[in-house]
Amino acid sequence: MDYKLTYDQYQEGLEQGKLLGLKCNGCAAVTFPPKSLCRECNGSDLNVTEIKGHGTLRTFTVIRVPPKGFTSPYVVAMAEIDEGAWVMGNLVDINPDDADMSLIGKKVRIGSQIVKGDTYSGGDSRVVTFTLAEE
Amino acid sequence: MRQVAILGVAMTKFGVSEKTNLEMFAEAGLEAIAQSNLEPKDMEALYFGNCLGDFEEGQMHMAPFAHAELGLPISAPATRFESACATATVAIRHAALLVGAGIYDVVIAGGTERACAMGTPLATKTFAMAHHAQYESRPGLTFPGVFAMAAHMYSDKYGIPLKELKRNMAEVAVKNHYHGSMNPKAHFQKEIDVNTVLDGIMVADPLQLFDCCPFSDGAAAVVVAEAGKAKEFSKKPVYIAGMGQASCGPLYLQKDITRVRSREESVAQAYREAGLGPDDIDVVELHDCFTIAEILALESFGFYEFGKAYDAATKRETYLGGKVAVNPSGGLKAKGHPIGATGAAQVTEIVEQLREESGPRQVEGARVGLVDTLGGDFGTVCNIILRSETS
Ligand SMILES: [Zn+2]
Repeated sequence: MDYKLTYDQYQEGLEQGKLLGLKCNGCAAVTFPPKSLCRECNGSDLNVTEIKGHGTLRTFTVIRVPPKGFTSPYVVAMAEIDEGAWVMGNLVDINPDDADMSLIGKKVRIGSQIVKGDTYSGGDSRVVTFTLAEE
Repeated sequence: MRQVAILGVAMTKFGVSEKTNLEMFAEAGLEAIAQSNLEPKDMEALYFGNCLGDFEEGQMHMAPFAHAELGLPISAPATRFESACATATVAIRHAALLVGAGIYDVVIAGGTERACAMGTPLATKTFAMAHHAQYESRPGLTFPGVFAMAAHMYSDKYGIPLKELKRNMAEVAVKNHYHGSMNPKAHFQKEIDVNTVLDGIMVADPLQLFDCCPFSDGAAAVVVAEAGKAKEFSKKPVYIAGMGQASCGPLYLQKDITRVRSREESVAQAYREAGLGPDDIDVVELHDCFTIAEILALESFGFYEFGKAYDAATKRETYLGGKVAVNPSGGLKAKGHPIGATGAAQVTEIVEQLREESGPRQVEGARVGLVDTLGGDFGTVCNIILRSETS
């Protein structure tokens, strides 16, 4: 079977400001970021879709002891997008020292930013970002 | 399936070691074989755990070299296992499955790790290679970060103020350091108090240094044998009553990470096979890589309802002499966590407890013990229930 939306195609989308995911023709769930099969029903009848970029922050942490190659502090978080999928990314536009429990449940906008490549990642790539939405 | 037993068990002292991965494994492996009243030539296979030898020593394909260190016969295949922190438990489970199936009668299994050789930045980087490379490692996730996110979610979901949760998490570290103070093989053998934890540097909010297990060097090995053969060679074999193993995908697909679904499935398999339940367990070695991890595990086992295990250590229910003794070895927190060896060290502790050989940290009258090891960001969990009598 063919891989409907590869990591490279997903990355090209992010580059152009598009948040590409997959819509399942079986159960209607949206899979974002992409994988081979529907994240809910494992169905393979999928169409490429663009997600709207709104979500709700579900949890977070401030990384203060980073892996080699990263500069701390920075915020890693998970959000549930309005289409239902969960995604991991960096909460940006906030001072990491101001990150506290009140973030959980806040509305976020989803975007992307470039992370420098290292020995193992085959060059630069884009990761999902969250910014707090105006209430 | 034939009944399977554990014969000899051995571990090196955990901590910072000048020895190579192979030297450490030889020490543990040869002691486990000798303790079994067997010889290296009696081993029919080696199931060998190691995660990061490539980065620690520039050494891939370590299993055949471990085979040579132990002096095993050419007929005994040596195979490397890698399941992140659950590596050695998965190796032991597969040894037991093949012995149970009648393929082999005697297998040696275990693992070795020399994480300290990498230093903290590279160790943090290589451990983080167990996250999904594209979607989780690139935003800079770390292992403390995974459990930090779980702790924040736990506080929010169950309405326990973070400050209160953190004080109770600190009590988990205090308990495991207390237990570790009685274990001459432990990485850390000194007691701490709640303030030691709450005054530590922040690693990943809300986890501070003493919420986290250390990077450690060490090795451990166990001899797995068919029960009849085991009785021939050992006065006190310990029997495998049930085992389980289950897998989850990357963290972002798991959504509610206050629930470790892989563990809930794995421990259910082990209970089912053993015909036992949570009330039957006398002693547990569980995967307390972070203080919050012990709380999540106690709930997954069915020892506590979800959202209710956070103050178990504070109430001393999980201390030696408590309702159920949890991590009498000191756990990963105090005993240390050489990731490729950890599961075999957990099995070693439970086997010694069931043989009543644990000295000052002996759990009185322990007959049934549970081993619990988690690999990656909840991607792998493996459980083994051991007991001192045949079924
Ligand atoms: Zn579907």
